[in-house]
Amino acid sequence: MSRVRVLVGTRKGAFVLSADGKRQNWDVSGPHFAGWEIYHLKGSPKNPDRLYASQSSGWFGQVIQRSSDGGKTWEAVGNKFAYDGNPGTHKWYDGTQHPWEFKRVWHLEPSLSDPDTVYAGVEDAAMFRTTDGGQTWHELADLRAAKGNLWQPGAGGMCLHTIVQDPRNPQRLFIAISAAGAFRSDDGGQSWRPINKGLKSPHELPDPDAEVGHCVHRIALHPSRPDVLFMQKHWDVMRSDNAGDSWTEISGDLPTDFGFPIDVHAHDPETVYVVPIKSDSEHFPPDGKLRVYRSKTGGNEWEALTKGLPQNNCYVNVLRDAMSVDSLDSCGIYFGTTGGQVYASADSGDTWNPIVSHLPAVLSVEVQTLQ
Amino acid sequence: MIRVLLPAHLRTLARVTGEVTIDVAGQPTIVAVLNALEARYPTLQGTIRDHGTLERRPFLRFFACQEDYSLEPTDTVLPEPVVNGQEPFLIIGAMAGG
Repeated sequence: MSRVRVLVGTRKGAFVLSADGKRQNWDVSGPHFAGWEIYHLKGSPKNPDRLYASQSSGWFGQVIQRSSDGGKTWEAVGNKFAYDGNPGTHKWYDGTQHPWEFKRVWHLEPSLSDPDTVYAGVEDAAMFRTTDGGQTWHELADLRAAKGNLWQPGAGGMCLHTIVQDPRNPQRLFIAISAAGAFRSDDGGQSWRPINKGLKSPHELPDPDAEVGHCVHRIALHPSRPDVLFMQKHWDVMRSDNAGDSWTEISGDLPTDFGFPIDVHAHDPETVYVVPIKSDSEHFPPDGKLRVYRSKTGGNEWEALTKGLPQNNCYVNVLRDAMSVDSLDSCGIYFGTTGGQVYASADSGDTWNPIVSHLPAVLSVEVQTLQ
Repeated sequence: MIRVLLPAHLRTLARVTGEVTIDVAGQPTIVAVLNALEARYPTLQGTIRDHGTLERRPFLRFFACQEDYSLEPTDTVLPEPVVNGQEPFLIIGAMAGG
């Protein structure tokens, strides 16, 4: 029987939540790496027992952990993230130039085809890759050639937080950086170009044709249609039908189009999920009601999913890496909150239940569907 | 043989309990102790001092014989009670929020 394993990164450790395919009774393991910030952990699609975790701390810096048994045991691997050569400078909050400084790993994306190959998105924004299971990391430095001197930190830092692989074309990668925008490589990460045409950020970027500087929060795609991208931007929910060459807004009838995560149903590439947040200065759901919004039309027409979610006095946030889907039938949707709840829906979002309710603030949620 | 006391999180990372003891070749300086410590416990590399600059992480402090050595040059020779194992070299997480 199929099983699911939910990998949860929090401000104070990692948790592994496991259930059978019914997704009703959950086993909770953790905290792993108690007391450390776990920005992200994710399993290899090729070998689901191979997991990688980004462990960091203001005191002790960055550690990368690897598990070969589905999270039962872990070993620290390489944690040296050295920029290639002199990385130069980027735009600082006051408009001056500021040197690139490594701070932490935000996102780990294991290769679709090789358990020893992993991409790492880091702050200050850069992409690293390991091909030896995390022992050594090397920067894909040409990313910075995409006008890196004009990139500027968002409120959360200048982080490369999203890495998406094209399952049909291993040479094609999509990434997103706050606040620089979205970028695509068609040669396995050797070269990159901005893919931000159609994004509008009039308050932050008065130039409507600005190639970089957009605060992209998250990108998602469905494996069957990798040229169709969905984006939650700082404000605006966007869609591209040409692998990012151009974008159109699909916010439609959302109550607010600010938010962080976005994801796509495992079996319907036109069904998309977002969690609207009131505004950039009030990071909580409108009206104190935690609502996931689902579009079954690829955007523009959205329905509120509320059954089982708190509909009063709820003032949590859902961060960009904190939503994921399983591939069971019916598709399971999962998200974690800054209030420490992890909610699951085993029916594509129609109804929700908390798996856990009192974890530290949730930074990331990834789901593995296991056979 | 020099005794080193690590913060709890680094003991977990290095998979040790209590103090660790290390042999230091040559002059028993701060940097020699750190080099020997990281050689013996490679998972500590980058957690006490920066990989590239080898500078002490801002929220860690070094103490020996109740004296703060954090701001001393790293080629400072440690005091005799530390060198002869009477006193430990302390690596301490600074009191700083979170």
